[in-house]
Amino acid sequence: MIRFLEFAGRPLVFFVEECGRIMLLLLSTISWMFRPPFRIRVIFKQMEFVGVNSVIVVMITGAFTGMVLALQTYHGFRMFGGESLVGSTVALSMTRELGPVFTALMVTGRVGSAMAAELGTMKVTEQIDALNTMSVNPIQYLVMPRIIAAILMLPVLTIISDFVGIVGGYFVGVNLLKINSGIFIAKIIDIVDLEDIFNGLIKAAFFGLILSLIGCYKGISTIGGAEGVGRATTQSVVLSSVLIFISDYFLTAVMF
Amino acid sequence: MIEIIKISKSFNSQKVLDDLDLNIDPGKITVIIGQSGGGKSVLLKHIIGLIRPDSGQIIIDGIDITNLNDKKLNEVRKKFGMLFQDAALFDSMTVGENVAFPLNEHKRLSRKEINKIVDDKLNLVGLENVTHKMPSELSGGMRKRAGLARAIALDPKIVLFDEPTTGLDPIMRESIDKLIVATQERTKATFVVISHDIESTFTIAHKVAMLYQGKIVAVGTPDEIRSSNNSFVRRFIKDLRD
Ligand SMILES: Nc1ncnc2c1ncn2[C@@H]1O[C@H](COP(=O)(O)OP(=O)(O)OP(=O)(O)O)[C@@H](O)[C@H]1O
Ligand SMILES: [Mg+2]
Repeated sequence: MIRFLEFAGRPLVFFVEECGRIMLLLLSTISWMFRPPFRIRVIFKQMEFVGVNSVIVVMITGAFTGMVLALQTYHGFRMFGGESLVGSTVALSMTRELGPVFTALMVTGRVGSAMAAELGTMKVTEQIDALNTMSVNPIQYLVMPRIIAAILMLPVLTIISDFVGIVGGYFVGVNLLKINSGIFIAKIIDIVDLEDIFNGLIKAAFFGLILSLIGCYKGISTIGGAEGVGRATTQSVVLSSVLIFISDYFLTAVMF
Repeated sequence: MIEIIKISKSFNSQKVLDDLDLNIDPGKITVIIGQSGGGKSVLLKHIIGLIRPDSGQIIIDGIDITNLNDKKLNEVRKKFGMLFQDAALFDSMTVGENVAFPLNEHKRLSRKEINKIVDDKLNLVGLENVTHKMPSELSGGMRKRAGLARAIALDPKIVLFDEPTTGLDPIMRESIDKLIVATQERTKATFVVISHDIESTFTIAHKVAMLYQGKIVAVGTPDEIRSSNNSFVRRFIKDLRD
């Protein structure tokens, strides 16, 4: 029994410790946000990195998500003559759920992993120690700008994804499946509230926090050379993705 | 003046530094020599507060840095420059930006003034036409030189070198050794150099400290060490030669 507890307990202890360290990093990042220098230029550079790196891939996934949603709901709704609701279903799903979640997952893959790899490389090649020796705090210089950039850019990317997804849905619904264009749009305006969009964007900002915090955490705690960097990168993507799904459920439960 | 008083440090259960004492004279080149894996880098990182000891004190110009908070430690660190074992240049920046980095962080200077200092320092270490190159485009020896230029950009009072010549060919090794001696003569700064190369130690050191099994086992001028009759010191030198 004791051996079983030890066996089951070790990963649990590790998990709790890991969560603790991530929270400490977050607190420390917040405290560095309010101390000069404010690193505005570094933040802008990171915003560019997060945005530019992701916009194409976010548009493609957004468009096809909207398109497949239109296709699926059309076939479902046609059975009871509800084709007119296709547009609003697409728009509601995109703005509330799929826009933020898919955007966050794509950005995790492109940007969160890059953060882990970049900071991980800096860690194992002593560049982070070098920052310290030059009296520059690595959390303020490296972590804080990335987290702020991700929190600000995720909502922007999500709006793009929402919009492109709805356009994709319109294309499939109106051009291919011949739903009346006026009805398609009218139902969207009728059913989708600003609040739906807004809550989706809050989710997106929260996901931005998760993926950048985890990416940076895994990066700066990398040990063990190039192999360690690879491990940190993979772990950051897996952990961020899982946390995005879990937090999505709870955010949805709280908001809607 | 750097005083290291009875510091001990263990990683997991491995004792790396064991009640180590060492005084480092200001304005001189002190070389700490010891075997690979003997804790030389760990000792150097203690001096600049990158690693905190399990016990003992490190005193820099009268300030005990062992329990300083980040902010105060950063103040003390402004006296320092450090050249890392693999240079640790920022690989997202050009060589010029690397050298300019500490200046941009800590000095209010115009771009022109900064560029001038960057050129001066790169000249000093014998690097030309590399300002706009990325660190990945440089050879190992050039990276170390660039790292040195960055370490001395702010004209620090104390410069730490972690194996500045390891992994270089003999010609490059000699030229870096000369560079260290020349730079120290010009700046009159306190240099702490880590090495496991006994020959280059004897050429550059004002004072040699031998690190063995977590302790400093012998300290002296190169002549004192070379002519020492202590059988332990002789064996140590012989081991390093082999
Ligand atoms: N952060 C750390 N965590 C765990 N162990 C460490 C850490 N840093 C150093 N060590 C261990 O401490 C010992 C001394 O390491 P150190 O890097 O100081 O050796 P060194 O004398 O600089 O050797 P080299 O000449 O090869 O650079 C090694 O056994 C190393 O594994
Ligand atoms: Mg070393």
